[in-house]
Amino acid sequence: MSRRLADVFAEARSENRAALIGYLPAGFPDRDTCVDLISTMVESGVDAIEVGLPYSDPLMDGAVIQEAVERALIGGTTTDVVLDTVRRVAEAGAVAVVMSYWNPIERYGVQQFAANLAKAGGVGVITPDLTPEEAGPWIAATDEHSIDRIFLVAPSSTDARIATVVSSTSGFVYAASTMGVTGARSTVSTGAGDLVARTRRQTALPIAVGLGVSTGEQAAEVATYADGVIVGSAFIRRVLEATDSSAARESVAALAREMADGVRA
Amino acid sequence: MAVMLETTIAPGHYGPYGGRFVPEALTAALDQLDREFRAALADESFTHRLSELERTYTGRPNPLTLARRFSEHCGGATVYFKREDLNHTGSHKINNVLGQALLAERMGKTRLIAETGAGQHGVATATAAALLGLECVVYMGEEDTRRQALNVARMKLLGAEVIPVTTGSKTLKDAINEAMRDWVSTVEQTHYVLGTVTGPAPFPEVVRTFHQVIGREARAQILEAEGRLPDAIVACVGGGSNAMGLFSGFIDDPEVQLRGYEAGGSGVETGKHAARFAAGTPGVLHGARTYVMQDEWGQTVPSHSISAGLDYPGVGPEHAWLHDTGRATYTPINDDEAMEAFRVLCRTEGIIPAIETAHALAGAMRLGRELGPDSIIIVNLSGRGDKDVATAARWFGIDLGGAASDALSVEMAEGR
Repeated sequence: MSRRLADVFAEARSENRAALIGYLPAGFPDRDTCVDLISTMVESGVDAIEVGLPYSDPLMDGAVIQEAVERALIGGTTTDVVLDTVRRVAEAGAVAVVMSYWNPIERYGVQQFAANLAKAGGVGVITPDLTPEEAGPWIAATDEHSIDRIFLVAPSSTDARIATVVSSTSGFVYAASTMGVTGARSTVSTGAGDLVARTRRQTALPIAVGLGVSTGEQAAEVATYADGVIVGSAFIRRVLEATDSSAARESVAALAREMADGVRA
Repeated sequence: MAVMLETTIAPGHYGPYGGRFVPEALTAALDQLDREFRAALADESFTHRLSELERTYTGRPNPLTLARRFSEHCGGATVYFKREDLNHTGSHKINNVLGQALLAERMGKTRLIAETGAGQHGVATATAAALLGLECVVYMGEEDTRRQALNVARMKLLGAEVIPVTTGSKTLKDAINEAMRDWVSTVEQTHYVLGTVTGPAPFPEVVRTFHQVIGREARAQILEAEGRLPDAIVACVGGGSNAMGLFSGFIDDPEVQLRGYEAGGSGVETGKHAARFAAGTPGVLHGARTYVMQDEWGQTVPSHSISAGLDYPGVGPEHAWLHDTGRATYTPINDDEAMEAFRVLCRTEGIIPAIETAHALAGAMRLGRELGPDSIIIVNLSGRGDKDVATAARWFGIDLGGAASDALSVEMAEGR
């Protein structure tokens, strides 16, 4: 049996550190380089991978991820390409989840998406614009195919909302560190610690913090109170700034090592 | 942050449509809006203030005009216009904006943001912000800032900041994405004045409610003028707010046909259109499940229309439900047919309509022939066409010569 999210967080906990989760959209900067970069991330200390499903209207994403997914879409990245990317990185040993806005999953077919993701070796899905109230068929499909279902909590979530969200969540809870869109920030919001503490009172699930983490120092700080640290835009920026794919690989590896050191600090 | 009750309000649905598909960060703000909206409607001081503004600022009630000469082009049917074009700011949009701006004030928010396509909603929001002393930022697709340059100038004169959106198709859809991104980051002090009957619950219901005055007035006015209900009521449908406002007054009268006209662009068969019902499928866009122009993978397909206000790949979820239940009928009108109706209206009634509205007029010309001379039709004359003069002049080959304003010269120079 391949490793699942619970194993990833249990291993990290046994090492007295937070888990490191890295994000990259499928098809970015192209299909093969994406798979290659994900392998690099894993080799350099990233514990689990979020494979992004590029969507035409990413309203929770800042400029960096928008640019990456637009490129991926122009390059012809379809849902099938995303699932194939998951298959390839899972075969290479990565623990992979998909991060997707809701419409592409609904269009693909909720049952079929869960089934094909399981078949590809994916272990979970993060749905940033799906709340549990709208997730009836999704909950059934993910249960049936043993796919972890990751919903988000935000600083504005009331305790009652957090209770609702975590009761539908499995794998880990995604805590959005700040009120805003994805993208590197110079400081991770102080509200994140409070949100994690409030969430912790409602669930025994691991809690990972995303939005705005871009340096090892920030990762270390978040790791003091969260079970996982999620890094997305910072990796993408390294790729966008690299002059070629080998430079991208080196730069991504360096950032992954810095982050991996951070979660162990 | 405002005090939040420990309750979650069940989001609104219309059959399988509507709902709330948004980042969790917005849930609290949408719950707050829902609560304040309901509390405001039950609060006489709020409803009184809104109706006073409608009377003394918007200029309501606006008339129901019998269109004698235009009727001759509609198979002899008797056609009336509900004159939303006579509202302050020149379209129906002000109805919704005044209501939402008062809600924002009630919630203690000091900043309004809005998306706009044709610019009418942006102008209305900038107007309300000026009136209530609120800060205002309007997101507008870069493409639309060019074709509706006059409205950009109006918004700036009113003190609003206009941010051209350069992502995606650079039109209304992308302006909504940008407004949502702003809102999620600034929600404590900002209210997002969504301009049409779509988006996450409760927006479709909020916007419809503030536009119901259109249908309420029209129903009373036609009964007074004709002593009976109309056979059909007609409106253009982008997001669908002017249509929802008019329809709401007649939805429980099964003998009244509800007819919506969406933008057929260059023709549905060309793929360059905004015909969500003719060529879209159910999906989720901008927080609601509704009919969406999308490809087989669920990626939004860019829409096309000569009318910036109808150039949107989604539609209000209540329209989706009215479509599926058969209560309303939606038909595409191509650019050329809309522009012909535009021309006819100018020459027969002395009214220059918005190009959005011209789609409804073209619909009435078709429908009148179908229903015959004994029929009565109300068309929602949703907006006036000042903003479209440059586009229309180009369409009809009118030489603007040296008399052209700067805005027109710029547009002409750019070949738009």
